[in-house]
Amino acid sequence: MRATKNASAEVLPNSPASAKPEWMKKLADGKYLMMLVTPAVICLALFYYFPMYGLIIAFKDYKPFIGLMQSEWVGFENFVRFFNYKYCWRMIKNTFLLSFWSLLWGFPAPIILALVLNECQNMKFKKFVQTVSYMPHFFSTVIVVGLLTMMLSPTGGIVTKALESLGIEATNILADARYFRTLYIASGIWQELGWGAIVYLAALTNIDPQLYEAAVVDGAGKWRCLWSITLPSIIPTIITMLLLRMGSIFNVGFEKAFLLQSPSTYETSEIISTYVYTQGLQSNSFSYGTAVGLFNSIVSLSLVLISNYVAKSVSETSLW
Amino acid sequence: MVEKKFTVGWLLRNLFLWFVVLMVMFPVLHMISVSLSGTWDVITNSVGVWPMVDGKFGATLAVYKFVLAKPLIFTAYKNTIVYTVLGTAIALFVLSTGAYALSKADRLPGGKFLNILVMITMFFSGGMIPGFLCIKWLGMLDTIWAIVLPHAFGAYNCIIMRSFFQGFPKEIEESGRLDGLNDITILWYLVLPTSTAVLATIGLFVAVSQWNGFMGPLIYLNDESKYPLQIILRQIVMESVMDEFEGAARDTTFAENSIKYATIAVAVIPIIAVYPFLQKYFVKGVMIGSVKG
Repeated sequence: MRATKNASAEVLPNSPASAKPEWMKKLADGKYLMMLVTPAVICLALFYYFPMYGLIIAFKDYKPFIGLMQSEWVGFENFVRFFNYKYCWRMIKNTFLLSFWSLLWGFPAPIILALVLNECQNMKFKKFVQTVSYMPHFFSTVIVVGLLTMMLSPTGGIVTKALESLGIEATNILADARYFRTLYIASGIWQELGWGAIVYLAALTNIDPQLYEAAVVDGAGKWRCLWSITLPSIIPTIITMLLLRMGSIFNVGFEKAFLLQSPSTYETSEIISTYVYTQGLQSNSFSYGTAVGLFNSIVSLSLVLISNYVAKSVSETSLW
Repeated sequence: MVEKKFTVGWLLRNLFLWFVVLMVMFPVLHMISVSLSGTWDVITNSVGVWPMVDGKFGATLAVYKFVLAKPLIFTAYKNTIVYTVLGTAIALFVLSTGAYALSKADRLPGGKFLNILVMITMFFSGGMIPGFLCIKWLGMLDTIWAIVLPHAFGAYNCIIMRSFFQGFPKEIEESGRLDGLNDITILWYLVLPTSTAVLATIGLFVAVSQWNGFMGPLIYLNDESKYPLQIILRQIVMESVMDEFEGAARDTTFAENSIKYATIAVAVIPIIAVYPFLQKYFVKGVMIGSVKG
């Protein structure tokens, strides 16, 4: 490294400088930092930016044995093929709806839990509820879907049995496309309810108790306090969280949909990321799979940018 | 609080909270109960939320002994532990050095630009297929490196650490410099010893995601002897691949559901066991993340 030659010239930034040009001094001053950042830069380059460069195969007809450079350019052919695929809109719709319904049902749940927990006077009980409800957040997707599969199994699943004893035929819930979204969303709430409440609980503890005291003196009841003090105080947090979620509405995780789906539920369960996997890695259509994935990334990136723009103008909070 | 305690509101609140607790606990309790119950009780579906042996309350560890003695599961367990330990160590090294340098963006040549590059990876990535081709091109397919390296440097964790390091007192750093320390030795002797809280928090986040990792192993590994627990878990629980158990299952006659639940329990129990002690670190991590986020 060139900078190491200047080791003798290394001085405190504000001490009288030698005659070296400015940029050399900067290099000499920052050389140890550059060494420290090297592993991170290598990781960034190899595992983040190199794959981004690899996105160009979306515009090529990539053949592994010819190589990336020699493969033929095909322009937007792969994208056109995707938009002409008969299930294309079904997948886009499924991706969007899965996310949209998750947001609609899943977003208010942690807020409600946080509001109720905040009212709880018994600290031990509060702590217990928190400990229990945070726990599923740390379970893997395989475990959550595994538990779901087991409990709904036609052969001896406890939920199937309970429904049967109520006279409801429930032998086929996992293979029925109508229930896929319900299962996906319900298990999502089960897993993230407590964890999602942490942020709101923190916002709630920051409210000045004097506000409540003053309100009670003025004759305000519980509901009035909730409506006029508690909710307005956590609205900024709610808006920020909502916008964050809106931005990622087209960014549905691969794992859970993949694990929970089966060909019999594709009508509602096939989303873009699982299609990318089956096309790109199981059928080895690398270019086509990349093109579909790129389409998905571009849509989600635009949504992040839009929601961030809205966030900036509405609440003066933004991601960057 | 000079408030009468037993109001309707109090009752509804407590009912709601108990409902949440029961809903969360139920699948876990049921899973553990079935895995601890006798074969006959499982086959007749008489197990609810406590274990039964021969129609009475009781527990047996027979299924666990059976499951853990299977080479497939034992190897997978060992692999998961190796991936988790190595992955966490590598991630902490790359993150702490990288985040410290990036927290001094004004002195690090190109630091501001690098910070932007880190930020971009939070919102845009090459995606699944280019990621796979990249690992393949690097010759890492079917090796441990494909599991422990790609996510060692995560933007979110880096930003949490960076904002923590930014809070390190300038005076201490300056006095270290006067004593002849450079940036590397300052990080090692002064900053890291006072950063155990953030190291523990990030270390735990990384460890949990390595322990739970499924997509990476699914895409990058083909060799069964390298599979982590999550892949084996899926094979047994969701695809009912019971070859491993066929021969023995006939002799010892364990119910299929007992075996499946016991396999899940084996993967979950370490998390349930350590989690309550580490809870405060996790919560701290969320708070740092959301303040800066």
